[in-house]
Amino acid sequence: MNYLPLAGIAIVVAGFALRFNPLLVVVTAALATGVLAGLDLVAVIEALGKAFNDNRYISVTWIILPVIGLLERYGLQQRARAVIEGIRGATMGKLLTIYLLFRQITAALGLTSLGGHPQTVRPLVAPMAEAAAEKSHGALADEDREKVKAMSAATDNVGLFFGEDIFFAIASILLIQGVFESYGYPLTPLQLSVWAIPTAICAFIIHGWRIRSLDRRLGRAGA
Amino acid sequence: MITYEWLYILTGGFFLVWSLLSARDAKWGNAAFWGLLSASFLFGSHLSDFANGVLVLALVGIAGLGLLKRSDPATTTLEERQAHSGRLGNRLFLPALIVPLTAVAGTLLYNYTPLSESGLLAERRETLILFSLGTLIALTAAMLWLRPPVLAAAEEGRRLLDSIGWAGILPQMLAALGAVFALAGVGDIIGGIAGEIIPDGSIFLTVVVFALGMALFTMIMGNAFAAFPVMAAAIGIPLLVEGYGGNPAVIGAVGMLAGFCGTLMTPMAANFNIVPAALLELKDQNAVIRQQVGTALPLWVCNVVIIYVGAFLLWT
Repeated sequence: MNYLPLAGIAIVVAGFALRFNPLLVVVTAALATGVLAGLDLVAVIEALGKAFNDNRYISVTWIILPVIGLLERYGLQQRARAVIEGIRGATMGKLLTIYLLFRQITAALGLTSLGGHPQTVRPLVAPMAEAAAEKSHGALADEDREKVKAMSAATDNVGLFFGEDIFFAIASILLIQGVFESYGYPLTPLQLSVWAIPTAICAFIIHGWRIRSLDRRLGRAGA
Repeated sequence: MITYEWLYILTGGFFLVWSLLSARDAKWGNAAFWGLLSASFLFGSHLSDFANGVLVLALVGIAGLGLLKRSDPATTTLEERQAHSGRLGNRLFLPALIVPLTAVAGTLLYNYTPLSESGLLAERRETLILFSLGTLIALTAAMLWLRPPVLAAAEEGRRLLDSIGWAGILPQMLAALGAVFALAGVGDIIGGIAGEIIPDGSIFLTVVVFALGMALFTMIMGNAFAAFPVMAAAIGIPLLVEGYGGNPAVIGAVGMLAGFCGTLMTPMAANFNIVPAALLELKDQNAVIRQQVGTALPLWVCNVVIIYVGAFLLWT
C-alpha cells in the first residue's frame, strides 16, 4: 500500500503546530496529498476548485453579520448585560448551565439553529456571562475575561454536539444509518437516537461541573 | 423554485459590497480577498473546475501573505451604545430573534404542512434558505426601526467580517481538503493501519481503539462525519459487530459521539473552535479549545464505557 498520501496529515499537524496561516496549511496539505497519491497537479487543483465551489453554502451564513453589527451599534451587548445585572442572584455558573441545558434540549428537538456563535454567543451569551461574572466577582482581569468568553463559546458547542443526536432526523444519525445499512445492518433512526441520551446526560454533568468550577476559581482569584 | 443558486447570488452581492467598501477605505488586500470570494459566489457555477481552483489559490495567497487587515469603520461610542440600550430596552432583542425563529418555525411549517408539496424551496435545502430569508427580514426590520445612516449596516457587517478575516472561509476550505483526501484514498489507508494494530481477542481494547480512532481521525479531519465511515469500515463493523457480536445501534451512535469529543479539541474544526475565538476577539486563537479539552477527555471516557456496557454487557 502507498502510505505517501499520509504526508498531507503530517503537513496539517505540523502547520498548525508551527502557527502558519491555516488556509495556507490546508491548501498545501491538499496539493501534497493529491500529488503523492499519484494525481497530476492540474487534476488536484481542479478537485480543490470543484470542492470549494460545491461547499459554498457553508459560507452563506455570514450574511447575518450586518444584522448583528447594526444591533450592536445600538447597544445590543449593553442591553444583554443590563438584563443580567437586573436579575437577583444571577451568576455566571447558573447562566451558562441554563444555556447549556437550553441548547441541549432545543438541539434534541431539532432546533439546532436556536443558537450559534454569530447569532447568540457574541451578541448575547458572552456579554451576559461576563456581566454575571463581574456581578459576583468584581472587575475581571483580562485573562479571566478571556476565559469567561471562551467558556461561553465552549458551552454552545458542547450543548449542540451532545444534544442534536437525540433528534432522529439529524444529518449525523442519517449518516450512521446509511453506513450500517450498506453493510447489511438496517437500523431505524430512533434506535440510534436513544443511544445518544446517556452521553448527553454525561455531557451535561461534566460540562456543568466545569462551568461551576470556573466560576469558583474566578471567585478565589478576586478574593 | 428557490435553490442554493439564489443564495449564492445574494451572498455574492454582500461580499461585493464589502469589497467595494474595503477599496474605498484603501484596504486593498481586503478588497481583493472579499472581491474574489464575491466572484466565487456570483460566477463559481459557470467557471471551470480549474478556474475555481486558481481562484482558491489566489485567496490563499492573499491570506498567506498577511494582506488581510482589521478594519475600523466609524461606529457608535460606548457611551452612545449605553444610551441607545437604555432608550430602546429589551425590544433590541427582537430583530436578533427573527433569524433563528424564521429558520426553525419555517422549517417545521414547511415540512409538516402541505407547503412542502408546493415545491417552492429546493428539497432538503429549506433550512438555509429560510435562515437567509430570516436574515433579510431582520435586516429590513432593524433598518426601518432604527433608521441608521444608509451604509451603517454594511459598514458594521464589514467591521465584524474583518475581525473574523480569513477564518471565515476556513470551514469551506476544510470541506475541500476532505474531498481531496477522499480522492487520494487517505481514509482507506488509515482504515488499513487501524485494522492492523488492533489487539486480538480483547473486546474492551477493541472498543478503546475504535473510540480513539474516531476521536483522533476527527481531530485530523476536523469533522466526525469524515472519520465515521472509515472507522466503521475498519473496526466498528468487522470487529465489534461481526467479530464480537456487539449491538450495532450502540456502536454506531456512541462511536459518532466519541468523534464529537475529538471535534472539541482540534483547530481543524474551525467553525466551532477558531471562528468563535475570532468573533469574540480573544487574544488566544485556541482559547475555546482550551476550555473544551477538560470536558472532552472525561466525556470520551464515558463514551468508551457506554459502548462497552451498552453494546456488550447489556446486549449479550
